[in-house]
Amino acid sequence: MKKNGALIFLECLKKEGVDTIFGFPGGVVLPIYDELYDFDLNHILVRHEQGAVHMADGYSRATGRPGVVLVTSGPGATNTVTGIATAYMDSIPVVVFTGQVPTALIGNDAFQEADIVGITRPCTKHNYLVKDIKDLPRIIKEAFYIATTGRPGPVLVDLPKDVLTAEAEYKYPEKVHIDSYQPNYTGHPGQIKKAVDFILKSKRPVIYAGGGVVLSNAAPELKALAEKLKLPATTTLMGLGGFPGTHPLFMGMLGMHGTYAANMAVMNTDCLIAIGARFDDRVTGKIDEFAPYAGIVHIDIDPTSISKNVKVDIPIVGDVKSVLKDLLKLIPAQKVREFKKTLEPWHSQVRQWEETHRLSYKQEPKGKIKPQYVIERLYAATKGDAIITTEVGQNQMWAAQFFKYDKPRTFISSGGLGTMGFGFPAAIGAQVAMPKKTVIGIAGDGSFQMNIQELATAVQYKLPVKIAILNNMVLGMVRQWQEFFYDKRYSHTCISVAPDFVKLAEAYGAVGLRAKTPEEVDGVIKEALAVKDRPVIMDFRIDQFEPVLPMVPAGQPLNKMLLV
Amino acid sequence: MRHTISVLVTNEFGVLSRISGLFSGRGFNIESLSVAETLDPRISRMTIVTSGDEKVLEQINKQLNKLISVIKVYDFTGEEHIERELAMIKVSANQENRAEILSVVDIFRARIVDVSPRSYTVEITGDNEKIAAITELLRPFGIKEIVRTGRIAMARTPKQR
Repeated sequence: MKKNGALIFLECLKKEGVDTIFGFPGGVVLPIYDELYDFDLNHILVRHEQGAVHMADGYSRATGRPGVVLVTSGPGATNTVTGIATAYMDSIPVVVFTGQVPTALIGNDAFQEADIVGITRPCTKHNYLVKDIKDLPRIIKEAFYIATTGRPGPVLVDLPKDVLTAEAEYKYPEKVHIDSYQPNYTGHPGQIKKAVDFILKSKRPVIYAGGGVVLSNAAPELKALAEKLKLPATTTLMGLGGFPGTHPLFMGMLGMHGTYAANMAVMNTDCLIAIGARFDDRVTGKIDEFAPYAGIVHIDIDPTSISKNVKVDIPIVGDVKSVLKDLLKLIPAQKVREFKKTLEPWHSQVRQWEETHRLSYKQEPKGKIKPQYVIERLYAATKGDAIITTEVGQNQMWAAQFFKYDKPRTFISSGGLGTMGFGFPAAIGAQVAMPKKTVIGIAGDGSFQMNIQELATAVQYKLPVKIAILNNMVLGMVRQWQEFFYDKRYSHTCISVAPDFVKLAEAYGAVGLRAKTPEEVDGVIKEALAVKDRPVIMDFRIDQFEPVLPMVPAGQPLNKMLLV
Repeated sequence: MRHTISVLVTNEFGVLSRISGLFSGRGFNIESLSVAETLDPRISRMTIVTSGDEKVLEQINKQLNKLISVIKVYDFTGEEHIERELAMIKVSANQENRAEILSVVDIFRARIVDVSPRSYTVEITGDNEKIAAITELLRPFGIKEIVRTGRIAMARTPKQR
């Protein structure tokens, strides 16, 4: 039986196991929305297309499944670009479907036409323009396959209106085969053996784990490796939750706002085991002085990550989970005891670093609310059993430092692109995926206002997302840089002209709560957590001048931390 | 150092901009580029001349391979291979120097492909040095225009690439 392109599109999504799409209608995608009217697929109507992509992204990070977006052509499509670039930098599988003007009009500057395939070429893993309805099922199949395999990433499919209205026999391909795309999952056994030998010869080894551990669902294997050899571990921002945050071997995050212990350990290690991480400049500090004594083992599925920023001694290209499994098998049991014994001086050194400079802050009982205190109280109130999303800036760093993430996919943050406005829609996406879970978006007053319109979406679908605004009435991280490096010239970082967030919440039909003093914090959190049928905004009026510390100034080596 | 790289890609629209966008986005150089269909019409070959140190070339190679549309990347550096370019050179000619120009053309085994009362158009095929050499010798007569293709290359080994 012949079906139109719009219906074929929806049936293909079903075949891919898609249960939810995040979208916003418009002229050229009307054929799809018309079919959707009585089609069994959950559609979340957003208020801005950027929000749709961040929601799909949050949905994906929380579940591991691909997030799906549907928007119209022109402005609908261009509004997705920041969301796509965000997903691309953090390797998140998101499939974005954009409407396009009819093929006959492409290139004619038609109404709501934009060359979205051209625009998104450098920020997607791959993208497609469907020119013929015959290709539609194959391209959708390939799009999901490419997004979710190898190093994951966003894929965009552009759908001209005439392709959606044309009719064709529908048959979904059972298999996908792309000659030029054959991701490699298994690590080279010789390289893995070399890595094992090298690790067992080291005296001061450190695990440096990144988002790849989370993406490849390799947290159990990573923990097994660390425990088997008693290896101290640090993670990147993206790796948080990939290794248990409360584990005795965990030193905290490394990098610009990493812990003293983690940064010192990396600067003194003789064996750096990089797992699913990519030596980002926020992690390495001054690259020429990074880990100066270390031989580096690097496990990554993407060959381009290897020896891109830092020269690697033992590269292993492969899926983190698969490589770690193989690596664990190759560790000779009889050597483990002896090796762990030789690490004792290293462990006491690490412990000493931990004890000299712990992450700290001081909450005066009658003073202003410290942002770190809010995070710690959120942790206490949820016992850590929550999905935390963040915006970007100080709120993000405090959320990374003071909440403990024991499980993967519980910390969701825009690491690579650093997108303000990400956290709130990402929280909505995570909540859609996991309706029963407590989802808390930790926000700044600046970032939150960048996608504030999605409050209506959260209210419409009765999503009990909690937003904790660490409200300091400034663009805090930029202000902090101005304080430290620009002679306290606070150019355009004051945003004290802002809405009353409590009234704003109420205007949208959400719950608004406010804490101005430390003793009000627990009450607000308790009240917020009790709300189950609508979003809650918690407006925490925090100390405006609290900086994020420690801090490695940009371009400095990791051991040059500002501590107080 | 200069490298000649052969890239086999799927023959579909937009591939050229994927490749050139990769080079410009990551700050790699393209000195010349030539593209044409292979024996298999579904596949095109791009021959790219680029330069950079070992680390840059390693990244170029890996980044190209990462593109979904790229089937194979081959760097000719360090391997016996033949390189060719084609140039058309329009040179001023008059009664006095026509014979002299013809002898230069002869020496280089080039060809005259068009003649007008005031000019010759010379077609020359060869490697980069040969084209540079004939250009130098023709320059004193007055070169009106020169058009060159990008470089193409083929390994001397009989292996199929």
